Amino acid sequence: MALAMHNKTLAQLADDLAARRVSATELTDHYLKRIERLDPQLNAFVTVTRDEAMAQAKAADKRLAAGDATPLTGIPIAHKDLFCTQGVKTSCGSKILDNFISPYDATVVSRLKEAGAVMLGKTNMDEFAMGSSSEASYYGPVHNPWDHERVPGGSSGGSAAAVAAGLICGATGTDTGGSIRQPAALSGITGFKPTYGRVSRYGMVAFASSLDQAGTLTRTAEDGALMMQVMAGFDERDSTALPDPVPAFSATMRTPWEAITIGVPENFFDDGLDEDSALAIRDAIGVFETLGATIKEIHLDHIHLSVPAYYVVAPAEASSNLSRFDGVRFGHRAEETDDLTKFYMRTRGEGFGPEVKRRILTGTYVLSAGYYDAYYLQAQKVRQLISDDFARAFADVDILVGPTSPTPAFGIGQKMDDPIQMYLNDIYTIGANLAGLPALSMPCGFSSGLPVGVQLIGPHLSEAELFKVAHYFQQETDWHTRVPDGYA
Amino acid sequence: MSLNREDVEKLCLLARIEITTEEIADVQAKLSDIVKLVDQLQAVDTSDVIPMAHPLDRAQRLRPDEVTEIDERERFQRNAPLVDKALYLVPKVIE
Repeated sequence: MALAMHNKTLAQLADDLAARRVSATELTDHYLKRIERLDPQLNAFVTVTRDEAMAQAKAADKRLAAGDATPLTGIPIAHKDLFCTQGVKTSCGSKILDNFISPYDATVVSRLKEAGAVMLGKTNMDEFAMGSSSEASYYGPVHNPWDHERVPGGSSGGSAAAVAAGLICGATGTDTGGSIRQPAALSGITGFKPTYGRVSRYGMVAFASSLDQAGTLTRTAEDGALMMQVMAGFDERDSTALPDPVPAFSATMRTPWEAITIGVPENFFDDGLDEDSALAIRDAIGVFETLGATIKEIHLDHIHLSVPAYYVVAPAEASSNLSRFDGVRFGHRAEETDDLTKFYMRTRGEGFGPEVKRRILTGTYVLSAGYYDAYYLQAQKVRQLISDDFARAFADVDILVGPTSPTPAFGIGQKMDDPIQMYLNDIYTIGANLAGLPALSMPCGFSSGLPVGVQLIGPHLSEAELFKVAHYFQQETDWHTRVPDGYA
Repeated sequence: MSLNREDVEKLCLLARIEITTEEIADVQAKLSDIVKLVDQLQAVDTSDVIPMAHPLDRAQRLRPDEVTEIDERERFQRNAPLVDKALYLVPKVIE
């Protein structure tokens, strides 16, 4: 039996569109109907842009007919509701931006639009990307399609759940401490976070500017590469955008396997890692070995400090970035205050949720007079030590392979009252953000019926190599083809 | 170290965030937990380490000092809660 449209990969749909076996309009209509029927049980979308999507699909069909198409022309995608989309609400999962209609497109959005991708809507997320479960949203929690009582991970959980459930073919996300890779792992899909600076941050609502990076959530590495090809590259409008040329990911992916050495950080396999997840990840390492990789155990000496270092650097930057939400120029505004200080305090008190308030207050604390050296400066030094550990490892090995998340998807409500337990979800992912490294998570098995992800981390600008290694793995395995019950 | 109620009230004022009386005990307890977590950093000897400035050790590029954007005030002010004669309105700050 032929695969249903929504179970196909982006690459397969691109072939179908190019061969005119399906039209962009049919495809968009099919996905919109699935969103309408299935999203009420997932809450993956904040906004569905039906009319704009149908108009974009018609334009895509014209381009396809005229022979002026790219591999993404006519492909239905969704954006995390953190990317500014002109004329469409951009809420960032927050009450404070509930009424914000973006006057411009983020660079990621305009590049995908120019390539002809069709935007079907904006996906739900933890407020301001601060969370690991997609529960901390003004629009309510996102449900995991593998088990509706569990979280899909976060903060890009709406994007992850939508791709896993076949409500969209691919989606954008952002990753400040694991917010693409961890939901990809918990939802059984492939998530990619590029090198810091590879993708423009212009038009992304800023959380922690030295860590934030946009990436993709897709079924396969091949699909992620197709989206990244369009998203990556220099942008005049982001002063941290890297000028380095972007290689042709899909082409390098198909080059012959080369002898590589894979480093396995042994201290990632500690007591904190779920046993069945550990087994699935060891099996994945076995697959790489069968492919001809040399496996070498390594040790990252300072990685245990990545969570504490992150919870200084990220809140410090957030407290500064989020000072722009003041109720004056845009966003929520408190009523009936006659005093400016009270006006600011009430606007922000009403507009932000509890986790965002905690992060801003933490950031304010570590940056306050007398504490700066002890916290922020010390964290930036520890960040350098963590980064040096990775650099030392990459002198010996080509990539690192290990777990993405300590456990598979946990229950909705289980960790919401314990921020520290929530923060520890990102224990294996934060290191790559602190060091600015590209990293990917892909499905490698199951634990108690829930998907497990394996994480690949590469040196700076090694996107092409990561995609290639993941693509070879996905040709040897079929974990990425599994579909949750009720979504086939 | 843990934070007391006055610490939290001061932080709320600095950060311009109103916290209700019902919320404050919870905020105080959770912030204290977070401070405990980040206090692990104090045990590391970093006397010879230069703090990281950029993950790729690159400098930010400069551009010519030229006007490149056009004035789009009207479009941007469509999101403003309260505008009069192209000015943003706020509560009175001077008597």
